[in-house]
Amino acid sequence: MDGAGQLTKEKLIDMLRKMHTIRAFEEKADQLFALGKVHGTMHLSIGMEATAVGAIAALRPDDYITSTHRGHGHCIAKGGDVKLMMAEFLGKETGYCRGRGGSMHIADVESGNLGATGVVGGGIPTAVGAALSVQLRKTGQVVLCFFGDGAANMGIFHESLNLAAIWKLPVVFVCENNQYAMSMPVARAFPIENIADRAAAYAMPGKVVDGNDVLAVYAAVAEAVDRARAGEGPSLIECKTYRWKGHSKSDQERYRTREEVAAWKKKDPIARFEAYLLQEGLLTEEQRQAIAKEAQERIEEAVAFAESSPEPRVEEISEGVYA
Amino acid sequence: MREITYAEAIREALRQEMQRDPHVFLMGEDIGVYGGAFGVTLGLLEEFGPERVRDTPISEGVIAGAAAGAALTGMRPVAEIMFMDFTTLAMEQLVNQAAKTRYMFGGKAKVPMVLRTPAGSGTGAAAQHSQSLEAWFVHVPGLKVVMPSTPYDAKGLLISAIRDDNPVIFVEQKLLYRTKGPVPEEPYTVPLSVAEVKRAGRDVTIIATGVMVVRSLAAAAKLAQEGIEVEVVDPRTLKPYDAETITKSVIKTGRVLIVHEAYKTCGFGAEIAAMISEGPAFMYLNAPIRRLAGLDIPIPYNRTLEYHAVPQEENIITAVRELMAYK
Ligand SMILES: Cc1ncc(C[n+]2csc(CCOP(=O)(O)OP(=O)(O)O)c2C)c(N)n1
Ligand SMILES: [Mg+2]
Repeated sequence: MDGAGQLTKEKLIDMLRKMHTIRAFEEKADQLFALGKVHGTMHLSIGMEATAVGAIAALRPDDYITSTHRGHGHCIAKGGDVKLMMAEFLGKETGYCRGRGGSMHIADVESGNLGATGVVGGGIPTAVGAALSVQLRKTGQVVLCFFGDGAANMGIFHESLNLAAIWKLPVVFVCENNQYAMSMPVARAFPIENIADRAAAYAMPGKVVDGNDVLAVYAAVAEAVDRARAGEGPSLIECKTYRWKGHSKSDQERYRTREEVAAWKKKDPIARFEAYLLQEGLLTEEQRQAIAKEAQERIEEAVAFAESSPEPRVEEISEGVYA
Repeated sequence: MREITYAEAIREALRQEMQRDPHVFLMGEDIGVYGGAFGVTLGLLEEFGPERVRDTPISEGVIAGAAAGAALTGMRPVAEIMFMDFTTLAMEQLVNQAAKTRYMFGGKAKVPMVLRTPAGSGTGAAAQHSQSLEAWFVHVPGLKVVMPSTPYDAKGLLISAIRDDNPVIFVEQKLLYRTKGPVPEEPYTVPLSVAEVKRAGRDVTIIATGVMVVRSLAAAAKLAQEGIEVEVVDPRTLKPYDAETITKSVIKTGRVLIVHEAYKTCGFGAEIAAMISEGPAFMYLNAPIRRLAGLDIPIPYNRTLEYHAVPQEENIITAVRELMAYK
């Protein structure tokens, strides 16, 4: 691991804290689901925490992101409030979307999270549009666009990259390649080895990084963000990672082996970052335990907040369709 | 007769048509080992192999468009779009290409394809995975639209749809996948464009589609205890639909309730209400035509809100009682 050079110790610890918070949030979400407290579906990013945290660490607080159906990590990394997220997950009026959106549609527009979409690839043109707005308003912001490997086979992916490239828009496309789109392995869905190779068709830099190495993700995205902010246009970064859990709640996982999952679990991005920080003397074992414990406590508080929050009122069901 | 689920009935129709006709093949996202998001195609990959059960990348446009292209050249593809919400991404290919081909080319080409897709709310999947967009397709000349409410109809209508020489949008109901009903083991067809009276009655005609047929029948059973005899008509095919069966029923009862899950504004019910108003049944009406439909809002995530966003059995009962107040 390297690339930590430009990051302060505080920032590194904050990144670790966020990774733990994401893990704790999602483990709790999984548990609440198993207890039957949640109606609907959800997509967990356990095992992929380094991509969300590493990429967003390269942003300014006023920069934008667009998220995906697997978006809890993006929201937390961008500074989202886990209480409001948990309330949304439980469908409560106090949630980010007043209980109307749920796990798949968390948006925190105030923190620059332009929201999670349930339509694969649906957020890619939104990011391009936000980048166009940034260019027109001359605000110097950058837009980070998250999407999965599966989304890179949507027509809109190609339209979006092309438009961003010809207009030199300040957007960074971050592909979270977790090896599968539901049951479809990347090897069957793509005739190419690296999704980042598609950048060549749009004359933008394309880079492959180890998506389980939070600092490598950070370094690659930071370079692309600098480029975007300097007016030099978009980049495509492919983070190779893995989702530990099933695609959604109803996945029998018939398309992969336990051995494969176990092998990837050995590459746990959190354990790896901790080992690095411990080795570099940036973290003590005591601090490590405290951070993990604190993350769980924050999630317990979030659950308590969500569970004691009111349900949306049926009389208000038709509110908010129009501005 | 043997009972199987709605999902099994669809699978059986696919299997039997694939056995009968080597031109029939399936394509869609995760329809192979995964068996589709709702398990409908489970086991078909093992039986027919990857050439005829084709997993595609997430590319709805080309799923629909390539199905049309294959159909144009002699195959009979059955494409699957994982959620009806994502047919929006296939719209150009369905509406401008598949639907227009035959007429535009002077009747010299045909597009015998089926596009299967699950619709409806009730699963907590929120605004982008819960829609009922059948009216969009009903609006397009050249497309047929089918929406079965029972396992029996699902099998028979799907076989008819596959054998039909036109592009057929086959709208499945998520909430009905696990419902059971009698289904013959051998292949059979239920003709397209023929409605069915699912329950006979003299007082009120309910015209309902999809899952609302099931709710209407449940409501009708309760209303019968109050002495109100409801007739439930299921159009089964929404385009081209069977106006005659509906008209006959309305002439008999003089009261009309139309129930669907899709949005009320410009929904299928608007067409049916207009057809009744324009036709011979109008003079027999004893009460204003009533529509019960989904609210004009995106489907909310919260379970209670979601419940109230679309018609439920109790809403149907109340609406029928209100219609009965007209003498
Ligand atoms: C347009 C569209 N098609 C299909 C789906 C159903 N679906 C939801 S997530 C998913 C897989 C997405 O794969 P990927 O982009 O790699 O993201 P991941 O789930 O792996 O994070 C599919 C097929 C969808 N939501 N949107
Ligand atoms: Mg993926």
